[in-house]
Amino acid sequence: MKKSMTFPQGGVHPPEGKELSEHRDAKTAPFPARAIIPMSQHIGIPAECIVKTGDVIEEEQLIGKKAGFVSANIHSSVPGKVVEIKDVFLPNSIKTQAVVIEMEGSFSRSGKENEKQNWRELDSETIVEKITEAGIVGMGGATFPSHVKFTLPKGKVCETLIINGVECEPFLTSDHKLMLEESEGILEGIEILSQILSPRRVCIGIEMNKPDAIEKLDTLVKSKNLPFEVSSLKVKYPQGAEKNLVKAITGQEVPSGKLPLEVGAIIANVSTVFAVYEAVTLNRPVVERYVTVSGGAVAEPRTLKVRVGTPVKDLIEECGGLVEEPVKLISGGPMMGFTFYDLETPVTKGTSGILALTAKEVKAAEQSACLSCGRCIDGCPMGLNPTRLFKLLDHGKTSEAGDFGLLDCVECGSCAFMCPARIPLVHGFRVGKKILRSQQKKA
Amino acid sequence: MELKNIKISSSPQINHFLSTSRIMWIVSAALFPAGIWAIYQFGLNVLLVILVSVGTAALTEGLLELIFRQKNTLADGSAFLTGLLIAYNMPPHVPLFIPVVASFFAIFVVKWSFGGLGTNWMNPALAGRVFVFFSWTGGMTKWTLPMNGKMADTITGPTPLGSLKTGLLGMSDSITGPMDLLMSEGFPVSYADLFWGRIPGSIGEISAFLLLLGALVLFLLKIISWEIPVAYLGVFSVLIWIFGGLPFGQGAFTGDVLFHLLSGGLILGTFFMATDMVSSPVTKTGKLIFGAGCGFMTFLIRLYGSFPEGVSLAIIFMNIFVPLIDRFISPKRFGIENGGKA
Repeated sequence: MKKSMTFPQGGVHPPEGKELSEHRDAKTAPFPARAIIPMSQHIGIPAECIVKTGDVIEEEQLIGKKAGFVSANIHSSVPGKVVEIKDVFLPNSIKTQAVVIEMEGSFSRSGKENEKQNWRELDSETIVEKITEAGIVGMGGATFPSHVKFTLPKGKVCETLIINGVECEPFLTSDHKLMLEESEGILEGIEILSQILSPRRVCIGIEMNKPDAIEKLDTLVKSKNLPFEVSSLKVKYPQGAEKNLVKAITGQEVPSGKLPLEVGAIIANVSTVFAVYEAVTLNRPVVERYVTVSGGAVAEPRTLKVRVGTPVKDLIEECGGLVEEPVKLISGGPMMGFTFYDLETPVTKGTSGILALTAKEVKAAEQSACLSCGRCIDGCPMGLNPTRLFKLLDHGKTSEAGDFGLLDCVECGSCAFMCPARIPLVHGFRVGKKILRSQQKKA
Repeated sequence: MELKNIKISSSPQINHFLSTSRIMWIVSAALFPAGIWAIYQFGLNVLLVILVSVGTAALTEGLLELIFRQKNTLADGSAFLTGLLIAYNMPPHVPLFIPVVASFFAIFVVKWSFGGLGTNWMNPALAGRVFVFFSWTGGMTKWTLPMNGKMADTITGPTPLGSLKTGLLGMSDSITGPMDLLMSEGFPVSYADLFWGRIPGSIGEISAFLLLLGALVLFLLKIISWEIPVAYLGVFSVLIWIFGGLPFGQGAFTGDVLFHLLSGGLILGTFFMATDMVSSPVTKTGKLIFGAGCGFMTFLIRLYGSFPEGVSLAIIFMNIFVPLIDRFISPKRFGIENGGKA
């Protein structure tokens, strides 16, 4: 086991908050009486809805068909009747069609042991086909359709397959619990990915604040004699960001504007790997995931195994309800997650956490003028100068901001987290990037 | 539970506990012990100077904001801190109109006419001090001997650096360093006196110990970083060590570094004024350059200038270069060879 690596430049140490939920075992949440299943749970083209109101459907039935290469299938997480097809707003401010299913009838799959398929004889195309069928997306939160990522472009070789078990977002313990409870499945998932990508090196990166997960996977890898490394990484945000993780593990820098594959690296989140395992060995689509329900406003924070489409309200109830009024409801982690206000908001494939944070945890303050303290520069993992970029954008000098690396910004939030003046740096960069991209398109 | 106060916001959803106002108030608090020590050493008059400086700074800022219909920013602590630093740069028995003028000048001319908090290109407190120093040099250089726990009438006397400067003019051959010279001048001090603050001087500068204690708190809270102090004190010490013995007819590499580090406003200036966020560079490399420049300038003024003390002039001189430093020093960008073009 390799010891304590990290990326060298920038990074911040937000309060971890993981102690709230990590001491409780993961528990299966009750199935939703009314599941709300959006057709857009991924980056790319929304799935095409293939059911209509009144249809009676089975558990794990295909209800949304992938509508292009960068798109993903959507399956029903519960058996029942389609009672409504309506537009919903998701926390990432996307408006999408959603199928509302009232649960009824019997479960064809849940609680039954599925026969395990032998995948070792299958060729890569068949395996990727299974991944596509199952509607797998990047389940760390990026939700990029996995079949696209796992199809190597011609001429490209995967040197290093990095399994992302970093979970650097504060409060979240969903990957942590998954690694503890499904270690065997994760390792078999990595074997499957190794078969289709044939990497020279496989590395599982986990931060040192999860010593039990490191130990468990390391022991299992050794006892099974698998050619994987388990790397224990120093705790630093945003270690789980692709480029920083590649740097921490391989020492290589992904060039500006390129994908990790440029240096031969492919990164997959542990939850994604587990979904691959379930899809390929059990023919099971993505209808369930681990979700951390936490924050100071939640009575008993814990990680739950949740059906996609379950309203947030049910999860908070399952965790004892709210003990104090939260100031923010967040889908995802506090550094990159999205706020929402509607407790009917459903869990989707990319929902790693639901947080109800108190004012004390948020630490908002009145915005002031920039003090030029440079804390944003010290925090930026991409070596950017956020205060300068923000001032340029503020003055309408978008293309000049581009020259100073605006498009390298990964929106990790380190700069704005540190900013004592509480300047909305990341928000400015998000808008600036959009303007810059549209200007570049026109040119 | 009904959710009435839910906020919708762009990520990140949480912040570091240090906000602008927290930083200003913590820095002010870190300066407090040195102020209390000054009251003990020089009497209650010190408290009056502090109140007058802080009051004028706050009043000036508040009135300007009222007149120009801007949001009241007194709660952010920045004007308070400026006033406090001005008081700390005053002799204990300064005529009270001097800190009033200094605070007004600092807030109105240096801070406000350049756009307020964050846009002043020079440290307001230092600029205020330098302004009154050149305008009323007499009032600004009348020092009081410390009481050291005895109740006594106010006696005036020179600061160690001041008597060094005058003593050097007519010095006998037997003198080999600043400590000797002060002894012959009739104002003997020990390193311990300098360290604990049993010397005459400006209100806030005398106790190196209490200032370092405050600075340690700022270090631990990461409000100040090591670059500026280390570069400042490092360059200054090396230069003093090399050249500091020459005025006493000694060879190179015989300078009394400890004496110079502990006397005058060096500790106060290094940790509390050179590190001022607004008027120092943003990058680590920039901070090193800035600190080194401050060290060099302080050395030049102290050894070869006509003033005994060079810290405030050195820092505001280097403040002028900050925009230039920030323009040309950029962090090393990720994924770009040679750190990128910009």
